[in-house]
Amino acid sequence: MMAQDQIYGIAAVLLFCTGLYGVAARPETLRRIMALNLMGAGVFLFFVSVAWRETATADAVPHAMVLTGIVVAVSATSFALGMLRRLSGLDRKSREEEDDPTR
Amino acid sequence: MLLAATMLGLAWRVLETPDMFEAVVVFIVLGLLMAVAWARLSAPDIALAEAAISAGLVGVLLLDTLRALTAGGEEASPSSGAEGADWVAAAATALLAGTLVVAVMALPAGPVGLKAEVATALPESGVSQPVTAVLLNFRGYDTWLELGVLLIAVIGVLSLRGAVRLTDPPPGDAGPVLSWLVRVLVPTMVLVAGYLLWLGKTAAGGAFQAGVVLGAAGVLLWLGGRRPIVSEGLWKVLLPLGFSAFLAVAVSLMSAGRLFLDFPPEQAGILILSMETAAAISIGATMTALFIGLHFPPGNQPPSTS
Repeated sequence: MMAQDQIYGIAAVLLFCTGLYGVAARPETLRRIMALNLMGAGVFLFFVSVAWRETATADAVPHAMVLTGIVVAVSATSFALGMLRRLSGLDRKSREEEDDPTR
Repeated sequence: MLLAATMLGLAWRVLETPDMFEAVVVFIVLGLLMAVAWARLSAPDIALAEAAISAGLVGVLLLDTLRALTAGGEEASPSSGAEGADWVAAAATALLAGTLVVAVMALPAGPVGLKAEVATALPESGVSQPVTAVLLNFRGYDTWLELGVLLIAVIGVLSLRGAVRLTDPPPGDAGPVLSWLVRVLVPTMVLVAGYLLWLGKTAAGGAFQAGVVLGAAGVLLWLGGRRPIVSEGLWKVLLPLGFSAFLAVAVSLMSAGRLFLDFPPEQAGILILSMETAAAISIGATMTALFIGLHFPPGNQPPSTS
């Protein structure tokens, strides 16, 4: 029987690798941003599973780091989404200019 | 085991489903399951933050972006069938996964880490909750720089979006139901945020959770057709508030002959509480600003900066 923290640790590794595969193999940028977040979730889960170790009180240092990490991940994600939207706006504009016969 | 398997299944679904909308929704559900996993791993602080962030904020941002992209008729459409599975990437990641799993199995059992050190230093930190003590006292430097990262993210999003002004009135008109909901929910959310902030001294809670709840309240206000913060000057004060509060405290401590962010034990409690309040307000403002910056102008292409 595997220990609980090993189950979560393995799940974390698989989550990270699923995200990595998504970043590498999926064409849509939005999906890649989500896959990047999956990778982050895997790292966080691994950290906390190591901190947990079947004891009553968990180690607070990784918890604080993960808490910080989650908030940083959100701001990075929204920055990525901002860039994605700007990019798609520019794409659309250049396509409209190409389609316009008067130019 | 079941939880872990469900999470992995959902993660796969996020990548595999041809429908982007479904992918986003599954991603949000996955975030909620992560919150359950945090609670199972006795990390209630992270569970609170994760539930508020992934269910609330990230979901709203992703859905909003998806809607904007779909309105443009690109990217969000189901990709052509030629994509298939990328076997090279799959093989490489499978290899990596196998190696890492072996590494996880080989980890030494038993407690490791800094738990004992934290427990020893806890009485000097001014709070009785270890996570808050680590965040604000022992590793205050990390938290300070993290608030800096948030600030940079807001500046980045706002500069990408060109002519967006945070003080512009929100577009559209909220229906009666939404206006009523805003009137009832927003004061409650502010109250909950204050409670979470105060709770951070002794139990799970603190600046991050409170800040995210405040941010959700700000987004709700905006969607309800009201401006959360009317004056531009107030935005300019609130966004860097947490960052500057940390800096001010650190500099005044240094002028008193102590090290950077090294609190005297007798005043640590009140210093931490005031810094947490500043951080929570500024995180709330940041989250709202990120949403407004991304959302505006709705459905149209961003204004050209040239």
